Amino acid sequence: MTNSPLLALFKRDLLIAFRNRGELLNPLMFFLMVASLFPLAVTPDPKFLGLIAAGIIWVGALLATLLSLDLMFKSDYEDGSLEQMLLQPQPALLFVMVKTALHWMVAGVPLTIVAPLLGVMLALPEGGFAPLILSLLLGTPTLSLLGSIGAGLTVGLKKGGMLMPLLILPLYIPVLIFAASSVQAGIDGNSYTGHLAFLGAYLALMLVLAPLASSAALKISIAR
Amino acid sequence: MTHSQANNQPQAAAALLSGQGLWCERDDRVLFSQLDFAWDSGQIVRISGPNGAGKSSLIRILLGLSASYEGELFFNGQPMAKGRYEFRDQLLYLGHQVGIKASLTPEENLRWLCPDAAKEAIYSALEQVGLRGFEDVLSQGLSAGQQRRVALARLYLQNKAIWILDEPFTAIDKDGVAQLEARIIEHAQNGGLVILTTHHQLAVDVLELELGKKVEPRGDFDD
Repeated sequence: MTNSPLLALFKRDLLIAFRNRGELLNPLMFFLMVASLFPLAVTPDPKFLGLIAAGIIWVGALLATLLSLDLMFKSDYEDGSLEQMLLQPQPALLFVMVKTALHWMVAGVPLTIVAPLLGVMLALPEGGFAPLILSLLLGTPTLSLLGSIGAGLTVGLKKGGMLMPLLILPLYIPVLIFAASSVQAGIDGNSYTGHLAFLGAYLALMLVLAPLASSAALKISIAR
Repeated sequence: MTHSQANNQPQAAAALLSGQGLWCERDDRVLFSQLDFAWDSGQIVRISGPNGAGKSSLIRILLGLSASYEGELFFNGQPMAKGRYEFRDQLLYLGHQVGIKASLTPEENLRWLCPDAAKEAIYSALEQVGLRGFEDVLSQGLSAGQQRRVALARLYLQNKAIWILDEPFTAIDKDGVAQLEARIIEHAQNGGLVILTTHHQLAVDVLELELGKKVEPRGDFDD
């Protein structure tokens, strides 16, 4: 019974996500647009595109995630449900974990699903597909977790738009480097497990630390 | 400041919710200082005072949402830091923003706010607040008063001892005010504690905690 407010929150947010699905499509559309404009702007030559495909897809995914972070706590903050969440007897970090998991489900998972398609469009060499999907699977949850810290810190600010990327982009850089180089290693026919192991380790670390940090950030934001 | 009052502790410790030597400052202005109170079950406490006197600040301190204060809070005789879980387990709070989601129906909103409530209970609570027939309307289609009524339905749904209501009568019509007042009185008679801020005069005698006076407010509420 102690978990039922968490389950209720999960169901509620899933329902809200479904009702506002147009809003959720925005980051995905952004991702698709970035990736599809590159061949037009640079060159349609498959050889050249294949070289930069992994980078385009990962930069696109990262920026799309950044775009969607604003939605994480904002509406809850404005309508008072964040207060109700923090006033539950259960620790706030459990609610933050639910919200982060949901953010990954509606932002990270669609990006991961669409990415192979973009890989085909950008002539990604065959060896790159497996590491691309695996690195997105391991990397996007980390992006959501890190993003929850930035979203928690800036939720109370009227003009937090530029502050959040500044806060969390430096933390995103390791994910970007190791994910993109895992794809490159796959293309070159080298082993990419080392890169994925780093992404996994970063995810495990953030799984523990990020909810703590973002629940503390939310408490500060709400204390005004 | 707080240690000087340690001799008062056992007396206040018996109360359900008590505070000692509370001091709060906002933007270099002292809102209240040396504020003592001890509230018990069955009481209705009305925190009054002019706008900006610190009513909402005091409420946020009681809730534990604000840390910008000095002094001690006790729940059931134990310091709030220890009793926080039980306090929140017994707490029903309605603030200025009531946590109603515009893209959910009243029933769906209540299902998350009161996860333990059965569907029939939610329907009958909505009937109590005059929203029968609106269960399946998205809350964005409801008026401000109706949205607040959705939140007020929690008062009929949840079995919580401590109600903290910040301006509960806002945007509620005349009949609704009378009904809400009756519900508040009923809860106090059933052994609950109601703490509210309002400019509305309730029909029964309540404990007044007046903020914003020049003299240091003293809340010696001995029955």
